[in-house]
Amino acid sequence: MSDLTIRNLKKSFDDTHIIKGIDLDIKDHEFVVFVGPSGCGKSTLLRLIAGLEEVTSGSIQLDERDITDVAPAKRDLAMVFQSYALYPHMTVRKNMSFALDLAGIDKAEIQRKVEDAAKVLELGPLLERKPKALSGGQRQRVAIGRSIVRNPKIFLFDEPLSNLDAALRVLMRLELARLHKELNATMIYVTHDQVEAMTLADKVVVLNAGRVEQVGSPLELYHHPVNQFVAGFIGTPKMAFLKGTVKAVSNAGVTVALDCGPHYQLPHQSTSLKPGDDITFGIRPENIEVVGADQSPFKVRLDVTEHLGADTYCYIKLANGEMMTVRAPGDFMADYGQNAGLLPDLSQAHLFDASGKTIPRPRTPAQAA
Amino acid sequence: MLTLKQGRQLQTVLLGTLAWLVALTIFFPIFWMILTSFKTEIDAFATPPQLFFTPTLENYLHIDARSDYFHFAWNSVVVSFGSTLLGMLLAVPAAYSMAFFETKRTKSTLLWMLSTKMLPPVGVLVPIYLIFKDFGLLDTKFGLVLIYTLINLPIMVWMVYTYFKEIPKDILEAARLDGATALQEIYRVLLPISKGGLASTVLLSLILSWNEAFWSLNLTASSAAPLTALVASYSSPEGLFWAKLSAVSTLACAPILIFGWLSQKQLVRGLSFGAVK
Repeated sequence: MSDLTIRNLKKSFDDTHIIKGIDLDIKDHEFVVFVGPSGCGKSTLLRLIAGLEEVTSGSIQLDERDITDVAPAKRDLAMVFQSYALYPHMTVRKNMSFALDLAGIDKAEIQRKVEDAAKVLELGPLLERKPKALSGGQRQRVAIGRSIVRNPKIFLFDEPLSNLDAALRVLMRLELARLHKELNATMIYVTHDQVEAMTLADKVVVLNAGRVEQVGSPLELYHHPVNQFVAGFIGTPKMAFLKGTVKAVSNAGVTVALDCGPHYQLPHQSTSLKPGDDITFGIRPENIEVVGADQSPFKVRLDVTEHLGADTYCYIKLANGEMMTVRAPGDFMADYGQNAGLLPDLSQAHLFDASGKTIPRPRTPAQAA
Repeated sequence: MLTLKQGRQLQTVLLGTLAWLVALTIFFPIFWMILTSFKTEIDAFATPPQLFFTPTLENYLHIDARSDYFHFAWNSVVVSFGSTLLGMLLAVPAAYSMAFFETKRTKSTLLWMLSTKMLPPVGVLVPIYLIFKDFGLLDTKFGLVLIYTLINLPIMVWMVYTYFKEIPKDILEAARLDGATALQEIYRVLLPISKGGLASTVLLSLILSWNEAFWSLNLTASSAAPLTALVASYSSPEGLFWAKLSAVSTLACAPILIFGWLSQKQLVRGLSFGAVK
């Protein structure tokens, strides 16, 4: 078992409050990703769990045991650092056996565990090398191997892929996902890269300015962000946010007038909105279709288009200065400055009130499941 | 007009010449001292100075007859190594806490430590002399070890701090998560990683202690007197015997010169280590 329970956790450095009261439950075998912009406190939260920073207030429990003030080594956690933090003066084998060695485990047992881990990570031929004779990806694997041999309750990863090049990052991402399945381990992973978060996580924790914005599965966050911050942070290219005003509210939904022109009747249900309120209309690039200028009331001029092969990104600057991106099919062709119309899929649109909170929309059967 | 390549060559030549000039200027007194030690007293005094002469060993024989060189040399060895060892035992934990558990006051503490080196030693001669007298430390090797440790400690802490600063904190945190105690962290991870820098610190401390003269002259008489005191004993009472003084100086410098020569690679590497970054 390894259930982690965090209650009202706070951390301040002098007068700077980094973590402002976090409650979080992490279940056995879960792959949890902390994601957020830089400075949101995600690394600090991980370091608090690891015991590398002292908690200001609140508690951390691992399987009913309060570990808030327990020394890092006694927490039964292993951590993979962004810089790998390998011991430069030790061979790969020594790096991996260091913790077991300190724990006074039998030599033959250590050897067996190291060889096992080396096999899983394909490090066998490198065991007698020093870290400086390894490539970035190999160092990364040694760092992971170092945690595997200890068989910890929870694996902690602090942006482990950010020092790798793009191709290797994708490879290592897959390897981590595979490792999670094979070891059936609980993992907590910190990243600023929302693609890593979406692809790896069972559960994503979106952090911003020291608070949890939302916790949920990747698709939950994608389809039902609780506020504008999460909506903007998850998904690439970013969701477009268009300012507007509420025209009417009824049982059938909300009618909005966007500053850039069109009026839309949306199925969202709200009791708090009233006509005249400021509102933000959010639509993901993949939920908009580009049509002829005469086929939609939402008339725009296309800016630059980028052909990625499978997709085409059309960048659009609206008459009122707002920017948005549309994801069109790969073979979509358009000229710079061409007039066009946009058809947003209103069933996929998001509405945020003036404070940025989401106005809920009815769930489609697929999303509800 | 010079081409780019010619310009670069000229620059190399000029810089090389300058470096040689500086090196020769620094080396000349040592060279002259060694040369003079093989002259007769008359040759040593001659004007104009003589570069060519009939070498003699009479100065060295005289010193051998008059004083027990190995007594002084042994004192120098004990005192330099003793103070270096004690200094390292204090400097390593101090630098460890400053480098890895930095507080608001760390920087000012470091500066304050270094500022004690700016104090003229003679300013504290009387109080230190009295303390040494009261504690029975005058003319003891232990007393010299203490005072050398204290005067070299700021530099040692500063140097070790600089080397420790270069080590990513992550590595120590990884060791902490791996179950290392603070001592294991230092002995099994920190010291092996920074051994190059530590070796330079040890070398510098040895050299500084070996060459120290002010305190050894004032706090020792005979039983604990190191080589610097031996040299000084040849200068005053009998007037100026340049050749003998040169010979005894050569004998005093020789061990540390040879030692420095053998370890110069390490010393240069260590001293430039922190500066390059």
